[in-house]
Amino acid sequence: MGIIKSKDLEFEYINHSEDGEIESVNKAIAGVNIDIEKGDFIVILGHNGSGKSTLAKQMNAILQPTRGSLWVNGINTKDEENLLSIRRMAGMVFQNPDNQIIGSIVEEDVGFGPENIGVATDDIWKRVEESLSAVKMLDYRSHSPNKLSGGQKQRVAIAGVMAMKPDCIVLDEPTAMLDPNGRKDVIRTITELNKAAGVTIILITHYMEEAISADRIFVMDDGKIVMEGMPREIFTQVEKLRTLRLEVPQVTELAYELRQAGVAISDGILTIDELVDELCQLG
Amino acid sequence: MSIRLENINYIYSPDNAFRKHALKDINLEIREGEFVGIIGHTGSGKSTLMQLFNGLLRPASGHLYYDKSDIFEEHYNLKILREKVGLVFQYPEHQLFETTVLKDVCFGPKNQGLDEQSCIEKASEALRLVGLKEKYWEKSPFELSGGQKRRAAIAGVLAMQPEVLILDEPTAGLDPRGKNDILEQIKKLHQELKITIILVSHSMEDVAKYANRLIVMNQGRIYFDDVPKGIFKRYQELEAIGLAAPSVTYIMDRLRKKGFAVSADAMTVDEAKEEILKFLGKDK
Amino acid sequence: MIREITIGQFYPENSIIHKLDPRVKLFGTIAFIVMIFTVNNIGGYILTAMALAGVIRMSKVPVKYMLKGLKAILFILIFTAVLNIFFTPGTVLFEYKFIRISEEGITIAIKMAIRFIFLIMGSSVMTLTTTPNHLTDGLEKSLSPLKKIKIPVHEISMMMSIALRFIPVLLEETDKIMKAQQARGADFETGNIFKRAKSLIPIFIPLFISCFRRANDLAMAMEARCYHGGDGRTKMKPLKYYRYDYIAYFIIFIYIAGIIFLNQSTLF
Repeated sequence: MGIIKSKDLEFEYINHSEDGEIESVNKAIAGVNIDIEKGDFIVILGHNGSGKSTLAKQMNAILQPTRGSLWVNGINTKDEENLLSIRRMAGMVFQNPDNQIIGSIVEEDVGFGPENIGVATDDIWKRVEESLSAVKMLDYRSHSPNKLSGGQKQRVAIAGVMAMKPDCIVLDEPTAMLDPNGRKDVIRTITELNKAAGVTIILITHYMEEAISADRIFVMDDGKIVMEGMPREIFTQVEKLRTLRLEVPQVTELAYELRQAGVAISDGILTIDELVDELCQLG
Repeated sequence: MSIRLENINYIYSPDNAFRKHALKDINLEIREGEFVGIIGHTGSGKSTLMQLFNGLLRPASGHLYYDKSDIFEEHYNLKILREKVGLVFQYPEHQLFETTVLKDVCFGPKNQGLDEQSCIEKASEALRLVGLKEKYWEKSPFELSGGQKRRAAIAGVLAMQPEVLILDEPTAGLDPRGKNDILEQIKKLHQELKITIILVSHSMEDVAKYANRLIVMNQGRIYFDDVPKGIFKRYQELEAIGLAAPSVTYIMDRLRKKGFAVSADAMTVDEAKEEILKFLGKDK
Repeated sequence: MIREITIGQFYPENSIIHKLDPRVKLFGTIAFIVMIFTVNNIGGYILTAMALAGVIRMSKVPVKYMLKGLKAILFILIFTAVLNIFFTPGTVLFEYKFIRISEEGITIAIKMAIRFIFLIMGSSVMTLTTTPNHLTDGLEKSLSPLKKIKIPVHEISMMMSIALRFIPVLLEETDKIMKAQQARGADFETGNIFKRAKSLIPIFIPLFISCFRRANDLAMAMEARCYHGGDGRTKMKPLKYYRYDYIAYFIIFIYIAGIIFLNQSTLF
């Protein structure tokens, strides 16, 4: 069994009125089956409201399935007793950089997680230093988080999760509030962690460019997984992605448009190099 | 309507360790009806510049003339200026506070001293302009979705019927469809109301499609001030300051280097497609 | 203006004062403040001033940071001084119609002013040399005996550290909201007190809502990192007394004894 596995997962948000009556039910996840292996770099794409964030929160038991099940390393998330183990194994980085930093200085925040799980003091320091080095923020260890840029704050958050030595890291739209440089920073950091250190990464986002280096992509819409595959397979389906309110990078879109107009370009162009090379062979 | 900045300098915290010279010798003129994009990454000074346009910040030195009057002169009425120069901050939905959407949008007109009836008229018109349907008007702003809240917040500024509308990262945090919706709405405002629009952003690709003039800022100075095509030609200089031209610009440049006789001017996917097809002889 | 308040602003340095256990600093600051108000002669003031100067020097923090705290209370300082000067009965030095300045008034005004200054600077030394987390750790350790009577010491100290961490963030947000409302014509400066209070609603409501949202996000983030209260928690920076802490305690006691001695003495 993979690190994260779900079967027929369903989740409903239930709104209650003031006297406890059920006012509305929003089916955010309508039957999801996934199986993620150790070491994978998975990207879950979807527009706002597709259910991707809700799915993310299932992975570390912040939310539990209304129907169906999800297992983290074989442990069912409905198991109340194992909540802490699950959260230690599946770490999470959230969207708002400020609202997940607890410490007043960087190293104290990275140590927060290990403190919670009872790691010995000397070990905590080792982990903090290793994690900060891994995200290249060791120089900022004594800084106040307020003076950091959005990208730097998110890297600190990633270090904070790494310090707990999780089996996988789930990142719920970590770049949504960042500027382009911050976004690049964060994506580069998690790609490195995955390729160099073998950390399993599950990235939730609506930016397709961030999915280029993924091992596998899941596309969600209306609470279901509607597309699944490797980047090349997914990116080529430009029309379908458009109806799902997603935008492919300009390169892929241009390649697609040229194909539609009759130019003999192959499917699945992802980079500028590929497009230029193909066009050169024709021109 | 005209805005002219003359030798503007702005310094944050001039007296302590956090001193920052955020704007250095800015000279700029904005003319009526323009659709200007101000681009720069975080720290370039673009947000500071924005707040000078309606007098929220005072420069350390220099002058700002609105319709030829110096707005930082002693008796200048900044409150009236803020009716004419509408400022929409980043994540404007964070400023919503009233019990209904309509009441919140009425806040601006109320501050202008208008009577209840006029306030409601202006608010209704503004809500129509941003495409927020009437069924949402009596709801609490906090019941709306993210994108709807943002439209309500923008309506709050439009209700004062400004001559100039300045928006700071209006697409922040929105998904691709949300982004396009808002930008299209802004373009419609520009065409329908014929007001001047200033869009502050760090996304070249977004702004390239809509603006007819781009001002690139870096480290508190204006680096470039030109039409989009002119700016993107200098993509190497853009890269040197941490910005990037739209991907299409790079594609066209690489093709030209490989001998394709395509125009380097193409900025959008459509333009690039046309150029390449023309070259390959496949256009109709 | 809002950015320049130095409450909770830590100034990193490599000084002995920075290294001291926060409990020593807490005790020292409280002792210092209490003693300030018992001093009754010039000798006492001089010893207090020397002690303060010594500690500031050892902390290696530039004096101007201590003086910043004074800027904030300048108004209260002047106000109190004025009250004392004009309304203290006693030997009249100067009289004009109903304005009466007495010798006692001036003495009290000066004394109060000096005490306030010492108090603020003394507290500043503590907040500038101790990270907020360290401070709350110190409080938590000192008050831990109270856990036996079911007082949630750990939870309270965690709330305090988080609150301190977010003060600058919330101040910045208030600034942003104010500007956004001003851009819509809001006026916070004119009008009587009722009008001005009402004009703050467009700031408080968004701020409140934002605080709730932050609290919600933060709680989720803390749970995601396995926070589950104080049980089983270890400390990254556990408080341990070293030799210099004991020496510091000793010096503080000497200082207290010195003040008491000077207070009794008839030399000054």
